[in-house]
Amino acid sequence: MMETNSITLTTMRDPEKQSTWKFLISELKPKGKIFTPFNIISAPIILLGVILIIIRFWKGLGAVTNLTQEVPWGLWIGFDVVTGVAFAGGAYVITFLVYILNSRKYHSLVRVTVLNGFLAYVFYAGALLLDLGRPWNVINPIIGNNFGTSSVLFLVAWHFLLYMVAQLIEFSPAIAEWLGARRAHKILSIMTLAAVIFGITLSTLHQSGLGALYLMAKEKIHPLWYSEFIPLLFFVSSIFAGLSMVIFEGSISQRVFSNQINEKNHKSHNGILISLSRICAGAMFAYFFLQILIFIHEKRWEHLDTTMGYWYLFEMIGLVLIPMMLFFQGYRTRSLALIKTAAIMTMIGIIVNRLNVTVIGFMWEEPLRYFPSWMEIVITLTVIFTEIWVFRWIIRRMPVLSDSPAWVRNEE
Amino acid sequence: MGLDRRVFMKTLGLAGATLALGKSTGMASKKDDPTEFLGLLYDSTRCIGCQSCEFACAEAHNLPEPKDYPDPEVVRKMDENRRTVVNAYNTSQGEAYVKEQCMHCNEPACVVACLTEAMYKTKEGPVIWRADKCMGCRFCMVSCPFDIPKFEYHSTNPKILKCDMCYDRLKEGKIPACVESCPAEAIVFGTRRELIKEARRRIHENPDLYKDHIYGEHEAGGTGMLYLAPVNMDKLGFKTNLQNSSYPALTKGFLYSVPSVFVLVPALLLGIHEATKNNHQTEDDGDE
Ligand code: SF4
Ligand code: SF4
Repeated sequence: MMETNSITLTTMRDPEKQSTWKFLISELKPKGKIFTPFNIISAPIILLGVILIIIRFWKGLGAVTNLTQEVPWGLWIGFDVVTGVAFAGGAYVITFLVYILNSRKYHSLVRVTVLNGFLAYVFYAGALLLDLGRPWNVINPIIGNNFGTSSVLFLVAWHFLLYMVAQLIEFSPAIAEWLGARRAHKILSIMTLAAVIFGITLSTLHQSGLGALYLMAKEKIHPLWYSEFIPLLFFVSSIFAGLSMVIFEGSISQRVFSNQINEKNHKSHNGILISLSRICAGAMFAYFFLQILIFIHEKRWEHLDTTMGYWYLFEMIGLVLIPMMLFFQGYRTRSLALIKTAAIMTMIGIIVNRLNVTVIGFMWEEPLRYFPSWMEIVITLTVIFTEIWVFRWIIRRMPVLSDSPAWVRNEE
Repeated sequence: MGLDRRVFMKTLGLAGATLALGKSTGMASKKDDPTEFLGLLYDSTRCIGCQSCEFACAEAHNLPEPKDYPDPEVVRKMDENRRTVVNAYNTSQGEAYVKEQCMHCNEPACVVACLTEAMYKTKEGPVIWRADKCMGCRFCMVSCPFDIPKFEYHSTNPKILKCDMCYDRLKEGKIPACVESCPAEAIVFGTRRELIKEARRRIHENPDLYKDHIYGEHEAGGTGMLYLAPVNMDKLGFKTNLQNSSYPALTKGFLYSVPSVFVLVPALLLGIHEATKNNHQTEDDGDE
């Protein structure tokens, strides 16, 4: 699949030759093959998902979800929002490395990670809207009709919105390059640093805020997963959740979009993954250490010898400790295979952890447990697939993985 | 909104009358003091399980009449069609009844959870829900330690349902429908302070009849709904593992840290950025 000479497939507008509108219309046409395996699987699911979403708004949430009076938040919040946003954490970590620590070598990752993060927020945080029973009133806390400022959800929702703006600004130079908008490009590039600083601050708060949502559900969450430190744990784990996603997504993009990536970036990519794996291992070590402290602090011994206790041990050892060691080993031996395995295990670990807090360990004493309906799962897949479609659409058009047009390089 | 003062005084007067204490003057001035919140005292030893309160509640809020009855074999639950239920339990003291509804916490988790202020603690005490503000996120349900708010899952215009202590009736100068309907005088209405005093008196006069505990006096930081019972409340299906401090306090630490994060983190980031500015030329070839 790999092509050695990289021809840029993105079509950027040449401002001298083409009007913006004509260009935009011509860009709407699909690029690339239509009948790929991914398309053949995802298209029918998206279609079905759209129908189910219509039913959801037409008949109420109960028509498609298995939510109950005791378990009012299920897969859509626990997976789409809480887990999806953790995976989107890569954007703030990478921008931190590049713009704050000035580690230039990660620069080739910035655009694609920020794009990924932005779309994740639009789609996964957007999935929150599907879950709202009275979505028309979502406007109240936004326009200031009613500011429930003491609410963690208020903080999280606002941060989602603001962070999307910050990420859009961070990404906007790529859009300007695509449209050939030189003046806008200059202005938008100046704003990057401010947007990055603002974005990282917002991220620390809402990554932990997602955990803080569950603080008041003290007796409802299994004691192995509840502690007053959920916010801290969610924040620290979002670092390696996001980076694992970057590693995972990067190794797929390197193959699927190989014709867009210039040779230099192709070559440096492996080195980047290796340095990232060291950061992952470090963050996971801190996280594991915190978990142990909390375990002792909360005196959790009595819960260990139960089914939930084994499940907890599996999560902590199998999905945190072992991938952490794999990351470390992969870094030492410069083994990409180890690093990619570790990334996938870590991602599974994050999914398991977030679901343990939000779904599996939630109302664990209830005799009737919540399990998502197939329709909830299809709608979740629809959200994910649509995100990938949009992601691909943009990658094929804007200079995300590919190089910026010549006029940008001349200006620098 | 809020009650106008005259009606409020009248309500309090009525409340006093139900308690036969008649001491209701000068209370309006101390409305913000949680001990002056209005509340209900439910006495399980008096309750005869007749469901009059359920019927009255259904009628007052245009809900369908209950079709089942208290039975020690089944636990009846509140749902989107009923804001209160009476359950029967076999206890060491014989069959006992208990009425459930919103506890009207002094510091309600649901209110702090709500980002639109749809859940609202009125200054008189009742916790009410306001349709025009709610966006149906159900965070109130996740947060309520008593699992009280219910959601209409099968509606396109779903409402959150829970007891509102008949706030609309209070505004008209009436007392809550369940209190009015109870033939056994198992429920009394008044200010928390009066009710706690009354509960203490009953325990004092009849120490053999009651467990020496007023459920709701301290649970979850204190609630407007207070219970007297012949047995421990966990024998009546109530949670007894709740904390005595308020639930909103659990998120305070996090929320209080937000302003300082907003000041410190950007400054720190900018500082690091400046400090490392000149590093990148040399760093191009790996960090190993
Ligand atoms: S019992 Fe639940 S719904 Fe009622 S006031 Fe307390 S927190 Fe709110
Ligand atoms: S469901 Fe309505 S009342 Fe409950 S927290 Fe959300 S907006 Fe507030």
